[in-house]
Amino acid sequence: MSVVAQPSSGYLQSLLAGQPKVAASKQAWLNKLRSSAVETVSELTIPTTRDEEWRFTDLSMLTKVSLQPAHGEINLSASEIKRFYIKEASNRLVFVDGVYAPALSTVVAKEIIVSNLASELAKNSTLLQQHLAQQSKIEGNVFAALNTAYLRDAALILLPRDTQAKAPVHLLFIATQKEVVSYPRTLVLADNGSEATVIEDYVSLQDEAYFTNAVTEFVLADNARLHHVRIQREGGKAFHIANCAATLSRYSNYQSVSIALGARISRYNLNVKLAEGAECSADGLAMISARQLADTHTCIDHAQPNAISRQLHKCVVDGGAHAVFNGKIMVRHGAHHTDSQQSNRTLLLSDKAHVDTKPQLEIFNDDVKCTHGATIGQLDHDEVFYLQSRGVPHAQALNMLTYAFAAEIIERIPVPSLKHSLEQNVLEQTSTQL
Amino acid sequence: MIYPDSKTILEVRNLCASVEGTPILKNMNFTVKSGEVHAIMGLNGSGKSTFSKVLAGHPDYEITSGIVLFEGKNLLEMEPEERARTGLFLAFQYPIEIPGVGNSQFLRLMYNTVQTHRGKEELDPLEFDDFVRDKMKLLEMREDFLDRSVNAGFSGGEKKRNEILQMALLEPSLAILDETDSGLDIDALRIVAQGVNQLANKDNAIIMVTHYQRLLNYIVPDFVHVMVDGRIIKSGGKELALELESRGYNWVSDEYKAASRVAA
Repeated sequence: MSVVAQPSSGYLQSLLAGQPKVAASKQAWLNKLRSSAVETVSELTIPTTRDEEWRFTDLSMLTKVSLQPAHGEINLSASEIKRFYIKEASNRLVFVDGVYAPALSTVVAKEIIVSNLASELAKNSTLLQQHLAQQSKIEGNVFAALNTAYLRDAALILLPRDTQAKAPVHLLFIATQKEVVSYPRTLVLADNGSEATVIEDYVSLQDEAYFTNAVTEFVLADNARLHHVRIQREGGKAFHIANCAATLSRYSNYQSVSIALGARISRYNLNVKLAEGAECSADGLAMISARQLADTHTCIDHAQPNAISRQLHKCVVDGGAHAVFNGKIMVRHGAHHTDSQQSNRTLLLSDKAHVDTKPQLEIFNDDVKCTHGATIGQLDHDEVFYLQSRGVPHAQALNMLTYAFAAEIIERIPVPSLKHSLEQNVLEQTSTQL
Repeated sequence: MIYPDSKTILEVRNLCASVEGTPILKNMNFTVKSGEVHAIMGLNGSGKSTFSKVLAGHPDYEITSGIVLFEGKNLLEMEPEERARTGLFLAFQYPIEIPGVGNSQFLRLMYNTVQTHRGKEELDPLEFDDFVRDKMKLLEMREDFLDRSVNAGFSGGEKKRNEILQMALLEPSLAILDETDSGLDIDALRIVAQGVNQLANKDNAIIMVTHYQRLLNYIVPDFVHVMVDGRIIKSGGKELALELESRGYNWVSDEYKAASRVAA
């Protein structure tokens, strides 16, 4: 473990410097939320590798970059971002450096509300007050607190009772400015029996350093069903830290697939809390190379009986890259008949590639079925030989097997064109790397 | 079938191979001519599966001495993929599952790679689809078989049929079937054998590696060889397999030992 100097609180103060410029809202509760977040930030520090939760992810590089809050001007035309569009997703909200871009967004859905928070605040104040910043806790989480301190707008999806969204919703967060920090925020409220697919997508139009600090919250009422696809394809020098929390009511179903391809340093915290009979899957793929670091921390909390969780997290690590996976499964007192399966599989493609993996089961109950496992390895040479024995050259055999390893996760994305384009990405990446 | 004027396809002379320092093949001698069907029989651990993997170029085995000529060329100098392109095919005892790679995509890649190296035309996806479906009929394979991942979730019989389908696509001059009958029920065995028999002709050759006589009822060998402790100790016609089935293997070993003593 490398020793890191105690980061000065000055760094956090510099991040907060722009906060007073955030215009006050007409909603007193939102102003209060922000000011208490500012207080929380001032009580915290940037985590170091001495913090258990950050043991393997050294943020000292982040503290060495001078970052300004992103300015709110949007100088983008649709033609510049068209390549990020997803065919099936006829509803698209675009945020440029964290700022909502109505001119670039398209919403055709009538059956559900896809909008930005600022437009809906007055109409749905009580509902929003009840849920906003209530799933992703800011206590002890300096990044979620920072995001909340800057909370002014957000991507907002409201699914009315028993409605099924006809098309996926694409939330496209585009980074265009260098040396800035942006605070993307998303809130999805799924009422009883509603159903939708939400794609959260982080992309960049530039290669210099910047910092995305995102918070995403899902609230699923009884019997709601939600597919959450998360694609992190930030620029190569970016810092990406994101907190996602999903609260599942009785018999609801949350299926999430998270793909991390970009950023110099990325950290994704996913917290899922399951009520009685709820089901979740939390699958992930981190595919990194060169000097990238991708850290995924998940916590699946079986708070009540009869809930089911499934998790398959895969890492493909090349070059001198470093992957981290920490998967906690919590089974609380009284959460009888919990059924949980977790597996983490890592493929190391070079001698310098590195992974730290830690499955963590905390079970306060007898009557449960929990399995977990982690494997780390190179490509199976019997598989390579099989392909070679069919005439496939050695290098191409390695590519195919790497691709197949990653594709198992990508296959789980329920949006065909996105699945296809990611598979192409992976195929191209494997062919150039090996 | 044994044809006059047939050419030598495989010639193995004094081949010794080991795995992690343990000798497995000890002076293996073996010759195959075009048109011939050979069966290599032996108990588990006799070295017969090692022999087939060594021929295909598995990296776990170290060749310590000996010569292998494949159609006159030094086989041992070739990478596994070169051996495949030149015309050597190994049907695996345990075909590998490759989840995430579509079977049709894999079969086409394999076919086109080998075609290119033989200076022939590649097939585009549509042309290939017609071509492969035609071959699939030979093995009574279901249509959805192409849409699945390579061998993933296939039954034992489906995996073996997939191996023979690959053989049908690549048209090797030498096919080695490693325990192809293991795990097959009678119906599947019949279909697989029928496929192999249709592919056999006077220009190619087949080596079956097996420890049961059962397969040989369906694919009738011209020669049967008994392998014990890393070498062939007895060869004969198809009736030898029947004798092994009824009398076991010990008598062959005893006979060999007695003969060796006499020779010494």
